[in-house]
Amino acid sequence: MKLDSLIPAPLRKPAKPGEGNGAKGPAPADLKTSPPERPSDAARLGEQAKGAPSDVLAWVDQRTAASGFLTGMLYRKVPKGTNWFYTLGSATLFAFIVQATTGVFLAMFYTPSTTQAYASIAHINNDVFLGQFVHGMHKWGSSVMVILIFLHMGRTFFFGAYKYPRELNWVIGVVLLILTMTMAFTGYLLPFDQRSFWASVVGININGTGPVLGPYLSDFLRAGPELGATTLSRFYAIHMLLVPGAIIALIGAHMYLVVKLGTTAPPWLHAKKPKVAEPVAPLQAGVEGNGGGPAA
Amino acid sequence: MTRRRAFTVAVQGLGGVAGAAIVLPAVGFAVAPIFHRGKERWEAVGPVGDFVEDTYRQVVFTETEGIGDAGKTTAYVRKGSKQLGESPSQIVAVSNRCAHLGCPVRFVEAAGNFICPCHGGVYDFQGKRIGGPPVRPLDQFQTRIRNGQVELGPRYSVTSQLEPVRARDPGEFTGGVWEYLYPPRPSTFPPPSGG
Repeated sequence: MKLDSLIPAPLRKPAKPGEGNGAKGPAPADLKTSPPERPSDAARLGEQAKGAPSDVLAWVDQRTAASGFLTGMLYRKVPKGTNWFYTLGSATLFAFIVQATTGVFLAMFYTPSTTQAYASIAHINNDVFLGQFVHGMHKWGSSVMVILIFLHMGRTFFFGAYKYPRELNWVIGVVLLILTMTMAFTGYLLPFDQRSFWASVVGININGTGPVLGPYLSDFLRAGPELGATTLSRFYAIHMLLVPGAIIALIGAHMYLVVKLGTTAPPWLHAKKPKVAEPVAPLQAGVEGNGGGPAA
Repeated sequence: MTRRRAFTVAVQGLGGVAGAAIVLPAVGFAVAPIFHRGKERWEAVGPVGDFVEDTYRQVVFTETEGIGDAGKTTAYVRKGSKQLGESPSQIVAVSNRCAHLGCPVRFVEAAGNFICPCHGGVYDFQGKRIGGPPVRPLDQFQTRIRNGQVELGPRYSVTSQLEPVRARDPGEFTGGVWEYLYPPRPSTFPPPSGG
């Protein structure tokens, strides 16, 4: 991409002596006759204003050298046959962004205290302008995100997109799945109504059925032998500080690998046969039965 | 060892010490509750005369303080029954926490059984499992009589023979080798001696 026109004049590489409009060259012909007409101030300001966005972009780009990376990422080639199934990962990312955004606004009204949590949720739903809507987006959006993750995972599995060299990205994706489940589990307790209380009791007890370490894991999750005030604040901290940070970091790694390795073609597209048939040994041709072509 | 290598190792070691100084207290802070046992708590639930030996009376008392209604729990309380080989002076307090996954069970008078609404666990009059997915009998609470009032204390679990052991979470087996596979947690109280 040619950036010369975007770079502001003062930052451009100066012309070599004797080139361009340098003083060393002969005087331009028009100077010998009459002085050129001066543009009005308004016209000059207009010209400057037109160039302002590119000046700003150029200013940033000169200091970050981001344009090479951005054009490489945004204009990268995708294989033939790429279809709507390939958008499930972006859809999951979008669901996460919705969860993060609505979560920030819910946190402005929510109180992680056993005696006030339920009342603060009731306040969000009943009194806050559009509160029920934002709460609903967060609540239903969590299910949407889990469903999209599994569809995305299924696409990756059935298209064979987890194979070499993308195994590491599959592993990162599985960790992201576990973290999303952690979000779903910890978020369920926060309204602190009967349903969320007993669901968390059952969930923690399921964790506790793991031999040897299970009982300690239960105590760790509850911050004590019984589900109490510290359990709620613990779940709240895990839900809105610990896991989201880990998810954002791993999404970054996940997408870096997607861009770096590229996507796979759908499995029903075969590689092109070479134009010149490869010589096949007669014996081998007899064994394979179809002259060495692709298997039927 | 070269001078350069010695400095590299020393600086990396210092970095490790500095990192540990931050990480270890944070981890300790997060896992400390595992090793903390709260204060033993007793609560009066009614005069001795309120309780009989052939059926249960439901009482609600506070098990976890400071979190309002969420800290309350339900126990089914009766006097010891001679027919079941118990001492009549004894008070039996059975927890309503299902030994499967912790849902609240209900004593059904007509059947004489405890029944769990979640996954169909059934316990007999003494709290022994007779059906469904639970892995052990219902938990019990320590009891004592003070000034004619029945008082309930810390929770404890029982084996299939109703021998007291330290409190376990629902879903964890008790007795035999299970005592090692589901070790007692430091946050629970010792069981009453001699049942």
